[in-house]
Amino acid sequence: MPLLEVRNLHVCVEGREILHGLDLTVNAGKVHAIMGPNGSGKSTLSHVITGKPGYQITAGRLLFKGEDLLAMRPDQRAAKGLFLAFQYPVEIPGVTTMNFLRTALNAQRKARGQSGYSTPHFLKKARTAAKQLNIPQSMLKRGVNVGFSGGEKKRNEILQMALFEPDLCILDEIDSGLDIDALRIVADGINAMRSPDRSMIMITHYQRLLNYVVPDVVHVMSKGRVVKSGDKQLALELEASGYAQFEDAA
Amino acid sequence: MDLVLAKAMPEDKANAERAASNVFAAAQGRLPGAGRIADIRARAFEAYERVGLPHRRVEEWKYTDLRVLMRDVLRLAEPPDASALRRAQAAVEQAAFEGAIKLVLVDGMFAPNLSDVAKLGKGVDVQTLREVLESSASDAMAGLVLSTTTDAMISLNTAMATDGVVVTIAEGKALRRPLHVIHVSTTSSASHFTRSYLHLGDGAHGTVVESFVSAESACGYQANNVMIVLVGNQAGLSHLRVKADAADAVNISSEIIAVGSRAKLNLFDMIRGGAVSRYQDFITLAGEGAELCVNGVNLLMEKQHADTTLVVDHAAPHCVSRQNFRAVVDGAGRSVFQGRIIARPDAQKSDAKLTMRALLLSDQAEADNKPELEIFADDVKCGHGATSGGLDESLLFYLGARGLSENDAQALLIRAFLGEAIEGIANANLRDFATSQTERWFKARR
Ligand SMILES: Nc1ncnc2c1ncn2[C@@H]1O[C@H](COP(=O)(O)OP(=O)(O)OP(=O)(O)O)[C@@H](O)[C@H]1O
Ligand SMILES: [Mg+2]
Repeated sequence: MPLLEVRNLHVCVEGREILHGLDLTVNAGKVHAIMGPNGSGKSTLSHVITGKPGYQITAGRLLFKGEDLLAMRPDQRAAKGLFLAFQYPVEIPGVTTMNFLRTALNAQRKARGQSGYSTPHFLKKARTAAKQLNIPQSMLKRGVNVGFSGGEKKRNEILQMALFEPDLCILDEIDSGLDIDALRIVADGINAMRSPDRSMIMITHYQRLLNYVVPDVVHVMSKGRVVKSGDKQLALELEASGYAQFEDAA
Repeated sequence: MDLVLAKAMPEDKANAERAASNVFAAAQGRLPGAGRIADIRARAFEAYERVGLPHRRVEEWKYTDLRVLMRDVLRLAEPPDASALRRAQAAVEQAAFEGAIKLVLVDGMFAPNLSDVAKLGKGVDVQTLREVLESSASDAMAGLVLSTTTDAMISLNTAMATDGVVVTIAEGKALRRPLHVIHVSTTSSASHFTRSYLHLGDGAHGTVVESFVSAESACGYQANNVMIVLVGNQAGLSHLRVKADAADAVNISSEIIAVGSRAKLNLFDMIRGGAVSRYQDFITLAGEGAELCVNGVNLLMEKQHADTTLVVDHAAPHCVSRQNFRAVVDGAGRSVFQGRIIARPDAQKSDAKLTMRALLLSDQAEADNKPELEIFADDVKCGHGATSGGLDESLLFYLGARGLSENDAQALLIRAFLGEAIEGIANANLRDFATSQTERWFKARR
């Protein structure tokens, strides 16, 4: 059974169809990359998979571990092991990063029937993970993403991924806004989490990330559909020739 | 519509006034003080009767129309008997602020057996209003304690006040432990009135908490409390108030405050109960370089109405005032913040800032924010901002995607929102107390 199965997905926003019958299958342990021009619906797909309100799903199926995602609230999907690193992480003033991380982690554990982490155990886990991502402890005491630079926000997303240990990670342009060193740190963080049970979908515009985190499968999205799939070679071809060749296919 | 009102009003007003007249007449013999004090009361009552309960055409009360919300003034509550005091005691224990010296007023009467007067330190003097007004030397205090303003509810209080606490902290002295003035209502469908006085001498320091609570099963009461506060030169006062009244009660509190030169006042006003609650604070920064920080939160649900109205009068140069209010309104609640900042002609270098924000959790929730500036000096820095709106959907989704249920996500964001006002409380113990009080609201909301 695939970890994620998207079949003939049609999605409208404010009466306009944005995904026009999208198919995608992700098996356990695989790293997928999705590339595609601006506005082709990549973020929309990630939002629909994680349950953001405001999208009308007019047709199609969305299965995670064989279960219907559309019947689940976002928090239930998270507890089931779904994670989205946001393209634009939000700022939450007045909620410290530490408090947020612990609240979220324990909420997920509770929903799975596991006991919550004690404060010392959690702190140790969070500090270790932060250190690996070169996130200073002082950042953990600040409001979630408040005043963080673009790169810091992205690293904070990876920190959450490391703590929550999800089964499917969707990384929406995790490489945007990262300097060369930060990209390497983030890529190391992602690679450290690769495992036979964990899958990833990396949405990206650049080959650079894929040099560090080598994908098993590459998809091209255009105008709300997956129009071509292949191996890592496909990404290299795109880099050379651009998306023009897919305009007609879509 | 207007025609109907025009017909209905005089009759309603007449009814309300007849009821109030009866209330004052019936209270004779219960109101401490004779001679000049009795005169002050009679005049205050006349002043009240001339205008009656404030209504929406009185500018300061336009969002809190007591003719509609209160209708009339209920009979004065009887002095508490032994059973009332027992019920009050349970409420006092619930409201207690750890480590504080309690001064308890039950249905408008000081309750010595529920209070800790013996524990007061040197330089701190507490008397009851009754004692002061009935002592032979009362004339000197009378005008001070029973001052009137043009506000009808204060006039009514002047006429009707049965008791209160008169606290003085001597020059240079500091309260070793916080004072906790606890107002308990035990009698249903009755009114009570207290008048208190808090004087910090020059260089004196103290922390005063004030709670408004009810005994179990007390309902439909009307509380009207006034406190007059004098903060001496270079003195410092931390003052926190919490209204947690029974769900159908009316509670109007007025505070008249003067702050001396280079003195500091840190004030916090919370409303988390009652049907109709209002704080009205008239604060004069009377001495050069006085500093005021007022924060407040209104936490509302169902049909609760909460009004926090402040007048901050910069009457001397180089004074600083900071006001920061937050309202969280659920159900069909209505929150009102009115903040007027005055800078008098010689209040040069005044520095005033006022922020009020309301979070509306339902479609029927309502918030009225009214900041006002009256600037007569030319070298001043004054700013204000007011906003209201719902919780940010994108934040809710982010938290949901991280595993928080909708309820938990909301609560986290609401706590953060309230934190913006609570963090203005200078004293850490008071901050914790305020936070624990907001937690009670979350519990009640569930
Ligand atoms: N809430 C919305 N209201 C209206 N249009 C929307 C909304 N969300 C997305 N769209 C539209 O849907 C299309 C797909 O947007 P989406 O953000 O999914 O693209 P993307 O592939 O992630 O692009 P990028 O590479 O720039 O991030 C765009 O045309 C966008 O304008
Ligand atoms: Mg996108």
